[in-house]
Amino acid sequence: MIQSTLRSQRLVAVFLLCVLLFNYPLLALFNRSAEVFGIPVLYAYIFIAWALVIALLAVVIERSA
Amino acid sequence: MLQSWVIIPVALAYLGMLFAIAYYGDHRADQGRSIIANPYIYALSLGVYATAWTFYGSVGRAAADGVGFLPIYIGPTMMMALWWLVMRKIIRISKANRITSLADFISSRYGKSALLAGLVTIIAVIGVVPYIALQLKAVSHSFTILSHYPEVVLPAQREAVPILADTAFWTALVLATFTVLFGTRHLDASERHEGLVAAIAFESLVKLVAFLAVGIFITWGIYNGLPDIFARARAHPQLTALFAPLGGTAGSYASWAWLTVLSMLAIMFLPRQFQIAVVENVNENHLNKAIWLFPLYMLAMNLFVIPAAFGGVMHFSSTAVDPDTFVLTLPMAEHQEALALLVFIGGLSAATGMVIVETIALSTMVCNDLVMPVLLRMRAIRLKERQDLTGLLLGIRRGAIVAVVLLGYFYFRFAGEAYALVAIGLISFAAVAQFAPAIIGGIYWKGGTRAGALAGLVAGFVVWLYTLLLPSFAKSGWLPIGFLEEGPFGFALLKPYALFGLAGLNDITHAMLWSMVANVGAYVMVSVLTLQSVAEQAQAARFVDVFRRAGEALDVHIWKGQASLPDLKALLARFLGPERAEAAVAEYARRRNYSSPADMPADAGLVQFAEMELAGAIGGASARIMVASTVNEDALTIDEVRTMLDEASQVIATSHELKQKSQELMAATAELRAANERLQELDRLKDDFVSTVTHELRTPLTSIRAFSEILHDNPELDAGERQKFLTIIIQESERLTRLINQVLDLAKLESGRAEWQVSDVDLKAVIENSIDATGQLFRAGNVALETRLPDGARFVRADRDRLVQVLINLLSNAVKFVRPDEGQVGVRLFDHAGSLRVEVTDNGPGISFENQKVIFEKFRQAGDTMTEKPQGTGLGLPISRQIIEHFGGRLWVESTPGQGATFVFELPVSPSTIRNDPTGPDLYNATSQE
Repeated sequence: MIQSTLRSQRLVAVFLLCVLLFNYPLLALFNRSAEVFGIPVLYAYIFIAWALVIALLAVVIERSA
Repeated sequence: MLQSWVIIPVALAYLGMLFAIAYYGDHRADQGRSIIANPYIYALSLGVYATAWTFYGSVGRAAADGVGFLPIYIGPTMMMALWWLVMRKIIRISKANRITSLADFISSRYGKSALLAGLVTIIAVIGVVPYIALQLKAVSHSFTILSHYPEVVLPAQREAVPILADTAFWTALVLATFTVLFGTRHLDASERHEGLVAAIAFESLVKLVAFLAVGIFITWGIYNGLPDIFARARAHPQLTALFAPLGGTAGSYASWAWLTVLSMLAIMFLPRQFQIAVVENVNENHLNKAIWLFPLYMLAMNLFVIPAAFGGVMHFSSTAVDPDTFVLTLPMAEHQEALALLVFIGGLSAATGMVIVETIALSTMVCNDLVMPVLLRMRAIRLKERQDLTGLLLGIRRGAIVAVVLLGYFYFRFAGEAYALVAIGLISFAAVAQFAPAIIGGIYWKGGTRAGALAGLVAGFVVWLYTLLLPSFAKSGWLPIGFLEEGPFGFALLKPYALFGLAGLNDITHAMLWSMVANVGAYVMVSVLTLQSVAEQAQAARFVDVFRRAGEALDVHIWKGQASLPDLKALLARFLGPERAEAAVAEYARRRNYSSPADMPADAGLVQFAEMELAGAIGGASARIMVASTVNEDALTIDEVRTMLDEASQVIATSHELKQKSQELMAATAELRAANERLQELDRLKDDFVSTVTHELRTPLTSIRAFSEILHDNPELDAGERQKFLTIIIQESERLTRLINQVLDLAKLESGRAEWQVSDVDLKAVIENSIDATGQLFRAGNVALETRLPDGARFVRADRDRLVQVLINLLSNAVKFVRPDEGQVGVRLFDHAGSLRVEVTDNGPGISFENQKVIFEKFRQAGDTMTEKPQGTGLGLPISRQIIEHFGGRLWVESTPGQGATFVFELPVSPSTIRNDPTGPDLYNATSQE
């Protein structure tokens, strides 16, 4: 039970991180015409942040399983 | 060459494979060896979210907006993080209440309202059928395009193809057949379709593989990797706009945020998502893996969308090719036959998966929440009297499936290329988002009422209709365009895309904002203003507290009426079939520990069980109607429930009172017992006293008698001897008199009949008088007396004679116990903390610790009375203590054996003298100087 609420709290924390990552103003910071390895920085940012969130979800779920 | 005769068999072979998988899945389920009972299949089947609109449409949106389409997939990722909290609760509630559709869920929460269920069904059908049409269109178009291989020819504005020559029509028919075959194979109380879910999971895999394949081909086959595509796109006139900082205005971020919210709600409340995530869920722990696997699936699905879009735009910059078709037309233009065919199959799988699941979900709602309630209420067809309704139910279900698919087909035929069809994806999302307040509010807030949910849904739906659906009709030319541009009848304030003058937002953001304001506002306001019925309250508690309920045993059944087991069983048999009804009732009896169902009482629990079983087959609202008509049920009014609750609380209060009474009784008994014990003790003490007194009286009497007899029998005794004996007789007589006096005195003191003459007495004078009175004793024993008395008078409130009695007793005791000639006795009077203290000290043998208490008891003296001659009556100290305590003081002894003893008593200073005496404070100064 304790583990279950702990997991819930971590998941909510990941959700809040998502709200931060995928919204103004963080999005606006990366919304510029620069490139990393030939990829526009905004596109790279969104996909990397997305992958990071999925990795966090996986860690939270699999470690408390 | 890809001719129709190649494509059609391949497509049919693919569908055949789906049939095989579904059949195998059902077969395994029947054997009890489910192939879908694992989290990976569950996560994959959630991929039904990605439809043909994703498969083809994402690229189209990316070609126009760049990253603007991504919130549709990032939103669900965010929502998945909350699924452990929200979706697990919805699944638990649905399993506990045998809920099989969205409409059922909402209506069950708000008191099994048939009206609410019907309304939800209508919103879902209106919102989602055009979406089905879009899938049919995608299949038909992709087929048409592919059949012109290798030329890239877009289907022109639809010429009037006869229905029978229309691929979309045949697609619709094949899908309807498939859905009927696997969606309504039998009536399942939980509405689960294992084979179908297996097929859907397979389809998710196929569309992912197809999309990744074409993405990789475009990125590395046509171009030289991602940097190459982006570098070229940057230089392309049509695409440079997507590279500048985009969406720089606050409005764009707002629309991004709203799109995220919209897709967060869609992933929960699209009928197909609810069907897969909730109804088809085998085990709620499968959510775990799905929480990260499903977002991963969506990430993979979107990796190559932007490269494909840019690649397509650059590749077809000279010819007008619809960006929605890039994933198909690019491989065709590059003469990749096999890849093009794979893409077509991928698109087909995306479209069919959506159509199948959506249709099943809608048909369940249409059958249970629209058709059945109407049929059950129509007396003309006497449905309630029919014996076996399973066939009818299946028939309705199948009819609903065919009707929904055909409805989708006809909408597609009617709308064609119209905006109303092209833009339906998000419009559809916005329609189902209207369910969110009623559902989310319903599972966390007990206060939400049926009227509130109805008001919220109607308000949200009307705003959606006005700000999204009607404008899309206007853009399609079905309504005058002036409706959009000038507002209805020229009311600019009511322009559907700028309601009340709110301009500057895109259509979806604008519609979501207003519809949510209307929906949530109406839901909350009306809920707060209306009262819940009994059924609503019960359901609200069942939903909100689902995790707190340990099991059915704890359920309180607020129900009143008469039922009979045969009636209920017959009712179940009509909808579930006789065998399943029998099995269900037997199982329920076993769970309640009855050896046979016949022994079971037809009580509220059984009625609820029957209703729940029925709910699985025909939905909560219809089940309520059927059960109500079968059992002789009395409608409960709020007043009756209040009465029931009052009775219950009265019983509780009464038992509480009883408990209190019995506790009081026990306390009284204990008191009585204690009193009785005290009485017995007193009785024993009296007996002891009497026997001690008589013993004490006998001792002097014995000696008086003995010496008298000696004198009487021996007249020849000489004068000296005779004199001695007579002296003893006189002394003993005196002792006897004293003893009797003291016994009488003590009896008076103890009974409270003693007479006290209380006045302010100068203690110093009392001490001096007592010393004078006992002076003879001191002189006779040659005992030294030392006194230390204060200068002034010290007043206490007491009886003077009694105090003299106490002091004489203490002084004579002291003289008695010191050795003659060496004896020293000291008397001290001093102030001590507001009291006056008197100490009488001697240098006698002292009193051992255990005797220090004993000496204050009656007839007890220090030392062994059996061997030593008693030196007193044994009543002096008890009497003295009684006297001192009567005046509010205390008397005790301090002694170390061998070093003498000090008898101390304390009396409070007379209050009147403190007040009257101006030197009062000095008294205390004197104390501290002592």
